[in-house]
Amino acid sequence: MINLSLLTPEIIVLITALIVLILDLLPWRGRKVLLATVGVLGTVGALLITMGQWDLREEAFYGMVAIDNFSVYFKALFLIICTLTILLSINYITRGGIDLGEYYSLVLLATFGYMFMASGTDLITIFLALEILSLAVYILAGFMRHSPKSNESAFKYFLLGAFSSAFLLYGIANIYGVVGNTNLKDIAQYLSQEAALKNPLFLAGMGLLLVGFGFKVAIVPFHMWTPDVYEGSPTTVTAFMAVGTKAASFAAFLRVFFYTLEPLKGQWVPVLWLLAAVTIIFGNTVAIYQKNIKRMLAYSAIAHAGYILVAMVAGNDLGSSSILYYLLVYSLMNLGAFGVVIIVEKKEEENLTISDYRGLAYKHPMLSAAMSLFLLSLAGIPPTGGFVGKFYIFSAAVSGGYVGLAIIGVLGSAIALYYYLRIIVYMYMYDPEKEFLDGPVPFFSAAALVITAIGTILLGITPARILELAHYSISYLGH
Amino acid sequence: MLDYIWLVPTFPLIGVTINGLLGKRLPKKLVGLVACGALGLSFLVSVIIFFTLLHLPPEQRYLEKVLYTWISSGAFRAEAGFQLDPLSAVMILVVSGVGFFIHIYSIGYMHGDKGYARYFAYLNLFAFFMLLLVLANNFLFLFVGWEGVGLCSYLLIGFWYERKSAADAGKKAFVVNRIGDFGFALGIMLIFSTFGTIDYSEVFQAAPEKFSPGALIITAITLLLFVGATGKSAQLPLYTWLPDAMEGPTPVSALIHAATMVTAGVYMVARCHVLYLLAPISLTVVATVGALTAIFSASIGLAQNDIKRILAYSTISQLGYMFLGCGVGAFSAGIFHLMTHAFFKALLFLGAGSVIHALAGEQDLRKMGGLRRNLPITFPTFLVATLAIAGLPGFSGFFSKDEILWEAFSSPHGHFIYWLIGIVTAGMTSFYMFRLVFLAFFGSSRIETDRTHHIHESPPSMTMPLIILALLSIIGGYAGVPHVLGGANRFHSFLSPVFSGHHGGGDVVDPSASTEIVIMTMSVLVAVGGFLLAHRMYIKRPEVPAILADKARWLYQLIFNKYYVDEIYDFLFVNSIKNGANRLWQLFDVRVVDGSVNGIANLAGQGSSLLSQLQSGYVKSYAASILIGAALIIGYYVLR
Amino acid sequence: MIPISHYLTLGAIIFIIGSIGVLTRKNAIIILMSIELMLNGVNITLVAFSYHLADLTGQIFAIFVVAVAAGEAAVGLAIIIALFRCRATVNVDEIQLLKW
Repeated sequence: MINLSLLTPEIIVLITALIVLILDLLPWRGRKVLLATVGVLGTVGALLITMGQWDLREEAFYGMVAIDNFSVYFKALFLIICTLTILLSINYITRGGIDLGEYYSLVLLATFGYMFMASGTDLITIFLALEILSLAVYILAGFMRHSPKSNESAFKYFLLGAFSSAFLLYGIANIYGVVGNTNLKDIAQYLSQEAALKNPLFLAGMGLLLVGFGFKVAIVPFHMWTPDVYEGSPTTVTAFMAVGTKAASFAAFLRVFFYTLEPLKGQWVPVLWLLAAVTIIFGNTVAIYQKNIKRMLAYSAIAHAGYILVAMVAGNDLGSSSILYYLLVYSLMNLGAFGVVIIVEKKEEENLTISDYRGLAYKHPMLSAAMSLFLLSLAGIPPTGGFVGKFYIFSAAVSGGYVGLAIIGVLGSAIALYYYLRIIVYMYMYDPEKEFLDGPVPFFSAAALVITAIGTILLGITPARILELAHYSISYLGH
Repeated sequence: MLDYIWLVPTFPLIGVTINGLLGKRLPKKLVGLVACGALGLSFLVSVIIFFTLLHLPPEQRYLEKVLYTWISSGAFRAEAGFQLDPLSAVMILVVSGVGFFIHIYSIGYMHGDKGYARYFAYLNLFAFFMLLLVLANNFLFLFVGWEGVGLCSYLLIGFWYERKSAADAGKKAFVVNRIGDFGFALGIMLIFSTFGTIDYSEVFQAAPEKFSPGALIITAITLLLFVGATGKSAQLPLYTWLPDAMEGPTPVSALIHAATMVTAGVYMVARCHVLYLLAPISLTVVATVGALTAIFSASIGLAQNDIKRILAYSTISQLGYMFLGCGVGAFSAGIFHLMTHAFFKALLFLGAGSVIHALAGEQDLRKMGGLRRNLPITFPTFLVATLAIAGLPGFSGFFSKDEILWEAFSSPHGHFIYWLIGIVTAGMTSFYMFRLVFLAFFGSSRIETDRTHHIHESPPSMTMPLIILALLSIIGGYAGVPHVLGGANRFHSFLSPVFSGHHGGGDVVDPSASTEIVIMTMSVLVAVGGFLLAHRMYIKRPEVPAILADKARWLYQLIFNKYYVDEIYDFLFVNSIKNGANRLWQLFDVRVVDGSVNGIANLAGQGSSLLSQLQSGYVKSYAASILIGAALIIGYYVLR
Repeated sequence: MIPISHYLTLGAIIFIIGSIGVLTRKNAIIILMSIELMLNGVNITLVAFSYHLADLTGQIFAIFVVAVAAGEAAVGLAIIIALFRCRATVNVDEIQLLKW
């Protein structure tokens, strides 16, 4: 069955992207805000319809796409990320001189790709979704055409991204060769035979898949692009890909490894154990040294990928639902932190080093308070969402018997507090030397910050409902 | 009334919100009023709750108030809830009460500081987290408060961030506390994986049923938790942050040392007494660490010249007593000393603050003297606190310290050695405290001339708390008069529902009452001896200390330099590396300025910069990294 | 009849040649071509498997890959042109503003 109507949210996003492109041709000066409004309306509409698909367990395109709670959870998350990104971008892209209609269009197209990452149940769908989102994000990364750094980041991201997706593709080809099909269900079926578990060609294919996903979610040693690309891209794009691409890739990663390759757990868990440990240690250690705040957040994003891997390794009930929960928290707090960076940043790369934040609290107390909240949440200090998420992940690891990994994780987040607090110290404990903003905080950006801040706190104080949702979503995988 | 327990932490939170958001625009008077009012109200509620609790029959003095289910997923549940029992009732009384007086005192002390509103917001936040910590009904919620007080202490110690030493001290406190928290967090996770719950009542109920005494896993849990306690409560070897924490404003020191923060570790151990009693090894560790810390830091206190530094080392030493009490199984004695200590140590710090205030910032004892005439209120109150901490009969410290010493001697977990260490420490305490009093308030003035005209008694907002705390320092001890002196030890019987079924000490009239009297007399004699020695050395023959210091030069230097611990850390972590021929280690060779703590931080920093060199900027090396990673993974799968 | 292992070996060799090209070449456009080579190595593998298994999925997938590769080439060339306008070079060794 094709069941096109099940894909209404995706189609809405796609059509909105096209409408934005067409509207941009209007010879009307006020059209820029109109484009953003249309974009937000489209995503919110898609979000509502997505929510209506909760508990609907259907398949579309002959089993290549699944509408299950897992994909609904993630799609809702991507649409929220998309909305917040658009809100944060409105003022920023005008300031940066890149307010072209294609910008919103590409954000929407990337979101379109994200959505299929979560719902694809065939390796072909997943590969196509990955390429759709990648191509859009490559262009977005280089959107500041006249900035050498932006260009360089797009270039690096593109080359390495294409390089790594070749590995992913090769992995898919090998698995196809062994199984004779690319559908996740058939692969799972194949793996239910005892003999299949030792096929070297299949295992090599799985290893290559690991490389491809590992690149997208930025785990060591496939992380090298992250700091450079995060630093060079327009900050709104950095924020978007830091949360969106990571969450989308984890969605597909989870579906493939947690559900389909579950019987091979004994094979991939040791590898992921090692990668998680290295990623956490590396990300947190190198972040200490960073002077550029975007770069620091990039290393922090690497470390966070490591934490999520810990939950994947733990693999139990607790671990799997904590991943979904943590990705939501991570998206909100990271978007918030980047949101502050976006607001404070000026043209010509000004206000991007950590020491530029000195005295921010005396000029903009609310902005600094929000930033402190996001940073403390990233560091995992109670009572924020980040704390609950981390606690959840590490206790999953302990109860799964991976005490060593939990120790590394806790140690890593102990180090992490140091570099997050450094920004807070600069904001609160030095006297301001300059004006930060040219005017008041832009309205739409402020709105995005308020949403993320409230979300970060609420997820820390009353996480129970979302945890239940997460638990419920993941327990549907493959049943 | 008990249902309103949630009000206790809520008031300070409201205070934080108001002062944090609007503080800059409010007039100073209102800022102070809001902050003090907030804590005053929660003190009031605590008092009412305490008396309500007192009127209930002992077995009903327990309430669990669940606000809502905080986390719930599958088997995992954690509530945001409060637990009220005699132990937490005592703790909220101490925290909100002593905290309240410190708040009032701060109005006068911080008057004129530019960060006035910020200061009070931090102070309220501190009290909030501490109240949360003692009221929590599960380990995770406790951890919220635990992390919170750590964060606040960092903010407050570094409050005068313009001073580099203050910023460094804040950093040090932070790093050491992180080491402790690391152990603590692991302990909680281990509890969860062992018991499948983190709720106090469930864990404490399941523990004795599931495990026999000496079980390995319980020992591991308790030791990990104790690592957290040593960090928070400044015990060996994680004590180095507390003396440096003097860099904050003096009322903050009072708050950290007396009412909040450092007592968290003792409270936590007492709260988990069920677990500790199942782990004899951990109890021994707790008692030993406590005893060693007590004597170690007391001896450092003998030769310091900075008034606040002496008090800081005395805090560490007294905390050692509390752990000694807990370690020998006398948990209620430990908590009793925690309470009396909160009174007199807050008083000592606030008194010291008053002296420093009068002398416009002078903290060196060698530049004081003869102040008793100039400070007619500070002096007598300070004297009361000194008598209390020295353990002279009739003052609060006497009862609580004596109970711990008696327990150390007589408890089944105790040992003669513990008692000996305790009593030697008591003698030292008495000596250095009277030395402080004599040097500061007696003798001839050695004050620098440009400061003399400035000397004045502090304003009423500062002296009032002193007087009240002095009263408490006297009468506080009568809550726990031991049976042997004809008292009823009401404090102990109040706490007995919490520690029931375990040897809490004191409630059994010991057959060997005469032994107890002897022990008690000895501690009084030692305290008096310390006083007499100090009197002889600093009043009668002031030249003696110099001669003595000269004769036992090496000993004096050793103590004066705090056993060279910072230098030893330096030596271990710097010099051995320096002398090593290995080139690689040279890369990591950093000037470890201040002990291993900064050393770790610097090491991480160096490692960080080294590792970030990997990020060369060349696309090809990035691609190579991917390829190598892929090759390793494929190789692992194919060749295995 | 050529056995399937020959095709697979060919595909692997092309894939490896491509990845070596990415690592050794300096010119960005040649690197792009090397990546295309890698993708085509995969395509050979896919088609070989498809033929061997008598299953059409592999060939359909190969067509998708060709389409994706075309898209990638378009975007990639555009990025390289933009980069050239900005920096007047396509030598990857000179493109290292972002580092550490």
